[in-house]
Amino acid sequence: MDGSKFNDVLTGEQRIRNFNINFGPQHPAAHGVLRLVLELDGEVVERCDPHIGLLHRGTEKLMESRTYLQNLPYFDRLDYVAPMNQEHAWCLAIERLTGVEVPRRASLIRVLYSEIGRILNHLLNVTTQAMDVGALTPPLWGFEEREKLMVFYERACGARLHAAYFRPGGVHQDLPAGLLEDIEAWAVEFPKVLDDIDGLLTENRIFKQRNVDIGVVNEDEIQLYGFSGVMVRGSGLAWDLRRAQPYECYDEFDFMVPVGKNGDCYDRYLVRMAEMRESLKIIHQAIEKLNAPEGQGDVLARGKITPPKRTDMKQSMEALIHHFKLYTEGFHVPEGEVYAAVEAPKGEFGVYLVADGSNKPYRAKLRAPGFLHLQAMDHVATGHQLADVAAIIGTMDIVFGEVDR
Amino acid sequence: MSEDLNNLGALIEAKQPDSVLGWDVSHGELNVDVAPANIEEFIEFLKGDPACKFSTLVDITAVDYIGRAKRFDVVYHLLSMYQNQRIRLRVSIREDQMISSIMSVHPSANWFEREVFDMFGVLFTGHADLRRILTDYGFRGYPLRKDFPTTGYTEVRYDESEKRVVYEPVKLVQEYRQFDFMSPWEGAEYILPGDEKKDAEAG
Repeated sequence: MDGSKFNDVLTGEQRIRNFNINFGPQHPAAHGVLRLVLELDGEVVERCDPHIGLLHRGTEKLMESRTYLQNLPYFDRLDYVAPMNQEHAWCLAIERLTGVEVPRRASLIRVLYSEIGRILNHLLNVTTQAMDVGALTPPLWGFEEREKLMVFYERACGARLHAAYFRPGGVHQDLPAGLLEDIEAWAVEFPKVLDDIDGLLTENRIFKQRNVDIGVVNEDEIQLYGFSGVMVRGSGLAWDLRRAQPYECYDEFDFMVPVGKNGDCYDRYLVRMAEMRESLKIIHQAIEKLNAPEGQGDVLARGKITPPKRTDMKQSMEALIHHFKLYTEGFHVPEGEVYAAVEAPKGEFGVYLVADGSNKPYRAKLRAPGFLHLQAMDHVATGHQLADVAAIIGTMDIVFGEVDR
Repeated sequence: MSEDLNNLGALIEAKQPDSVLGWDVSHGELNVDVAPANIEEFIEFLKGDPACKFSTLVDITAVDYIGRAKRFDVVYHLLSMYQNQRIRLRVSIREDQMISSIMSVHPSANWFEREVFDMFGVLFTGHADLRRILTDYGFRGYPLRKDFPTTGYTEVRYDESEKRVVYEPVKLVQEYRQFDFMSPWEGAEYILPGDEKKDAEAG
């Protein structure tokens, strides 16, 4: 006896059914082309089924028919908010297979630009998440700073977003004169902007009402759903690949890994704000190391996988042939498989590369942190109100370039 | 580092001799070949064993070795945040063979398995909801298989007269270019224009 036979005694008002709505793909709070099929009981989410793939471009398939160097720009188009961090993983994978040692100056430049990328990402995420819950000013202030950072991108490599700056064996070219001083000057000014955003949001009553105790994840859920990055650190686990499994030269930098306590949206916001300040510390140290005498020198490990110097090409036939072969045929990577991961701003971004000894990857799998975070949407959002869905999507830091690939 | 990995590999083999077909450490990473029938128990063991504690599933993917009898390698990457170790598991399966889902051990396997099914057509038994995930609604074929053309089979456009998006077979203005960079000194098998006629006459 479950009462289902007595439907006729219910009044029209009592006879209710759950309501299905489509959230997106054109919703401004969906951060791209996300389609959520939400089943609502009144205003409470009962079930949440994300439909992804609307931005699927078949990157992994395309990569199988292009050379290693031609594949590099695809990484800018994954997480287009912090492009260079993705390139980093690809370069590390190739360098691990070929056994190339990156020169110190290139390594420092990579760290510098990875941290600029992290600030780019967190600025966008913190401020647009604030916009999703009702604040309009933070994105205006945040995007102004993003603009300055993208100018630094442009001055280093010529492009504001699709950089293709990190190359296997180093970085494409040395930094132009005066750039380091300007980054330094910006890094001195930037904490004021952070304080301003802090002042707008941190103790803001509406912001706290919308974020505190929303989307709480604990340690068990982190393991079960494979979270990484801020989603882990917001819950009190000090897990950061830069510290736990150091790559590049992160082990010689002095920075802290901020962690949250409650694992809710608000703590993740605080962690992101603190991480920006830590990134500034790394930027200051990187600039200092780049100006030191040990930080001078070439930015590419000259060899088979990198182009020869321009001056050599004017003098030497072999250098000219090498240059031609490199940019037509590309370089060959020895057979093997490798998984290289970096701490991208959104979490662990990894590349699983299977090489067969030819000039093209046999298989490359891109492991995006947002894919797993979005997958847990059903679990995290269930039981929350419809309005909280926007806050949770915002705090998970989802960018569709990397989720759909 | 690789000393630890060697110890870990030996330990895993000693504890699970039925599941482990072989293991090696290359490029500073531990690879374990696992028997397809035991993958679920093996991953559960890795998750629970205090020496391993591979509690986070990092990735599931597949590699298509076309021409091999066991065509697909399903590859699992696991991470232990507690022991700070990574491990890679490889399972070789035939094209018509199914593999058991690990969703009961790692709920995060859900979308990864859907993606592998979507891209390679590998079926996972015991998966609650094995739908396509990244490709279009109603898509046919398995794009990441090596015998699937990069250009695909259909293309879409908005039809002004029908007022909807229509699907059509791909029309290429120019053939998709695949250059052969194999050096003639390294044993490329060239078919010179006209050679195929000679073969036809002989055969």
